[in-house]
Amino acid sequence: MQLYDMTISELSVLIKERKISAQELTRAYLQRIDEVEEQVGAFITRTDELAIQQAGEFDHNPVNKPLAGIPYGLKDNICTRGVRTTCASKMLGDFVPAYNARVAACLQDQQGILLGKLNLDEFAMGCSTETSAFKPTSNPWDLQRLAGGSSGGSAAAVAAGEVAYSLGTDTGGSIRQPAAYCGLVGLKPTYGLVSRFGAIANTSSLDQVGVITRDVWDCALVLNAIAGYDPQDGTSVKIDVPDYTADLSGDIKGLRIAYPREYFQNNTDTAIVEQVKRALHEYEQLGAIVEEVSLPYSEYALPAYYIISRAEASTNLARYDGVQFGLRDVKADNVADLYADSRAAGFGAEVKLRILLGSYVLSADYYETYYLKAMKARRLIHDDFTRVFENHDIIITPTTPTTAFQRDEFRSDLLNLYRNDILTVPVNMAGLPGMSVPCGFIDGLPAGMQLIGKPFKEKMLLNAALAFEQAHDYYKARPNLGGDR
Amino acid sequence: MNREYEIVVGLEVHVELKTKTKIFCSCSTEFGAEPNTQVCPGCAGFPGTLPVLNRKVVEYGIKTGLALNCEIAEMSRFDRKNYFYPDLPKAYQISQFYMPICKNGYLDIEVDGAKKRIGITRAHLEEDAGKLVHQGTITSTEYSLVDLNRGGMGLLEIVSEPDIRSAQEARAYLEKLRAVLLFAGVSDCKMQEGSLRCDANVSVRPRGQKELGTRVEIKNLNSFRALEKSIEYEASRQINAIEDGEELFQETRTWDEEKQVTRAMRSKEDAEDYRYFPDPDLAPVYVSQEWIAEVSASMPELPDQARQRLVNDCGLPDYDASILTLTPATLKFFDEAVTEYNQPKIVSNWIMGELNRLLNVNNMEIEDSRLVPGEMVKLLKLIDAGTISGKIAKTVFEEMFSTGKEPEQIIKEKGLVQISDEDTLKAMIDDIVAANPKVVEDYKNGKEKAFGFFVGQLMKATRGQANPAIVNKLLQERLSRE
Repeated sequence: MQLYDMTISELSVLIKERKISAQELTRAYLQRIDEVEEQVGAFITRTDELAIQQAGEFDHNPVNKPLAGIPYGLKDNICTRGVRTTCASKMLGDFVPAYNARVAACLQDQQGILLGKLNLDEFAMGCSTETSAFKPTSNPWDLQRLAGGSSGGSAAAVAAGEVAYSLGTDTGGSIRQPAAYCGLVGLKPTYGLVSRFGAIANTSSLDQVGVITRDVWDCALVLNAIAGYDPQDGTSVKIDVPDYTADLSGDIKGLRIAYPREYFQNNTDTAIVEQVKRALHEYEQLGAIVEEVSLPYSEYALPAYYIISRAEASTNLARYDGVQFGLRDVKADNVADLYADSRAAGFGAEVKLRILLGSYVLSADYYETYYLKAMKARRLIHDDFTRVFENHDIIITPTTPTTAFQRDEFRSDLLNLYRNDILTVPVNMAGLPGMSVPCGFIDGLPAGMQLIGKPFKEKMLLNAALAFEQAHDYYKARPNLGGDR
Repeated sequence: MNREYEIVVGLEVHVELKTKTKIFCSCSTEFGAEPNTQVCPGCAGFPGTLPVLNRKVVEYGIKTGLALNCEIAEMSRFDRKNYFYPDLPKAYQISQFYMPICKNGYLDIEVDGAKKRIGITRAHLEEDAGKLVHQGTITSTEYSLVDLNRGGMGLLEIVSEPDIRSAQEARAYLEKLRAVLLFAGVSDCKMQEGSLRCDANVSVRPRGQKELGTRVEIKNLNSFRALEKSIEYEASRQINAIEDGEELFQETRTWDEEKQVTRAMRSKEDAEDYRYFPDPDLAPVYVSQEWIAEVSASMPELPDQARQRLVNDCGLPDYDASILTLTPATLKFFDEAVTEYNQPKIVSNWIMGELNRLLNVNNMEIEDSRLVPGEMVKLLKLIDAGTISGKIAKTVFEEMFSTGKEPEQIIKEKGLVQISDEDTLKAMIDDIVAANPKVVEDYKNGKEKAFGFFVGQLMKATRGQANPAIVNKLLQERLSRE
């Protein structure tokens, strides 16, 4: 097996037993990037020199940490000190943060090897990386198709073997959807479990940093490194974080699984519905109790999300006005023009659309009609889940209504593009942990199954995911991008 | 002022809280530092940074609320006020719009002996903006510089009810508010440095009319005097307009200090929609009854309590007590002096008289002066001991005020000791009497003025240092022997 096909735990053994140095491992990954990046387009910025330097430091003075010496990538909306952080926007094309995001610091602390910054939709607004100011990222399973998004670069890089794992952010499905499209494990933790400090905001009340890995165990390893209270994030929660790998056995006897009927209807491809139903049956055989439930308010999640996310984004992005950040239109001869021209030039169409809609729903005349109503719907969606969780431990649904789609497939059909988030958005609205795990292939493309848990019960999700993973080989499959196997 | 009209005023006061660090980051709040030296990625609004609430700011909010007789909200919340301006790096100000921390308070004021209660609608926490530095004036400047030192400092905005009925009442309210805030120890309240800022909402209406008139907001009020003058000007402008049959419209005007007029800034139609909504980066603020009790227990003496104490315990007239409790520094000076010299009225006279005069002349606050209470007490004791006269004492006091020297030293250096030695004075009297036989004749012939002449000559000879009582006695004796 090639190094670039291995999981973190496999690589970690090689590193610990000195079978390979971090520098060798890093060079192997850099070579893999050289080979496939042109086809995939996962990176915005490569940090080859920094990576070799970090690997050298580790080899010189190795530490015994689970992620030490392991090459990884970060979605390019996660701030990295001294490394350009663009949010895939012209607006931040030359922004070099003077600080690390909390999660970036955590991985640096582990002496991981940062290989670069990964592509995304502009400011994480989109679900295909097509709104990136730089390029769309291709799906390693079918280069004619997209990796999904917004963490498309993060997913494609792992799937293509360009990094061993990556971090993304998830506002309405941005980790789980591309993970599903690329045949990977993707976890969006409970809101408040992982610090948002330094993760550039899209929708502050929904954003959460999370993990994309090749298997469940890796996911637990990375979550161990990034979870926990951060005094620099006022929405981070003070709780005792468990060791997510401890007692991770895949034993799910007696686990009460709910599947909400609303998530298995009309909008979702029948092939995906069948895959997930088959999985539910397998869970039953493994000793779980599986029951159908109803989440009636989930129907309102997408429209409410549409309002809340635009509202928050419109003010989160107001700071990019050409005064401190972004392109500055030097021709403007007054402040108002400076703002207008800089923003017109710096933002792409989707971002502008969201800012306009967000400003509209927050305006004095429409605040109650839209924003407040959406917030009330959000409460009902949350209460819906709470009710189901009174009698169940986890909820299982498909992750996405379809498998990976093609470039420009939704160009004239924005509504259907947005509908892509329909199964993942409710989880963010309720602040719950959600995870996508590979559950099979449809016409050669990976499909994902979504596991939803109670707040801060990530461990239960990981265990349930592991149980399914152990029963299948899906996670071992790798796309064929050429190169030795 | 036309008697048929009534002036209605409400004040919005911004107070900079003197916590050590800013409201949402740990930058220093020290005034007067080099531009942009008290800034971090957080208060500069850098991408990815997040606000974390400073607990001390909330405590100061509670303290102020209690001092202003407000209800303290069990839960309050921060919102975003969205607008673009170069001194606001995030392009929104974090402020409590929907759910302020304090509501429904009041402040008792006094104008010409008449007491009055002014309602306080609300007081809410927010962050301050930075400062623009223009090269020249705002309209002619080629470029402007941004200083973010002030950006992100904790502010409390205190909004009064429209209960104020004159410029004098407005001034009295602001002075009293300042006193309360100073005593509570939550702010420096320096209008010059901008730690106390005031906007006035002014309208007029025919006396007896219930509905309020059209409201005008006046900005740029940098002193108590500006507040008073601008309200007087604005009220008469509005009355004249109504009398001339003009229609008033809701607008914001700015006070032109030079010309002493208000000038139009923007009309209501230009008013921005701030698109307020709860800031998702900050959890609601919960204040427990225990916390309130804790803050309440640590509340220092407030002006009204201090004033009562000075009247009841020190026997001062209420007027004196009201002046001495305008600032905690004044009260502290008084209290310290009285501890060493238990003659409250004499101490009060010196503070309200000489000391306040010198502070005014030099445009200083008592805490900036080099004079300490103990030194003033020494001076008072020297008067009592007859070492110097009350008149000379004023000269010495002025010298103490400007140099910070001890009174004994000044008296010695300038040779100001009162001459009470009878032999010395007798000898001088002998000389003067001998040199003025004609005046002695006048005295004998019953001319009262002649006695005054001899006193004057003696004071001249001693440069005013002769003890007047002894001079009188000796002169009487000496002339009776003629």
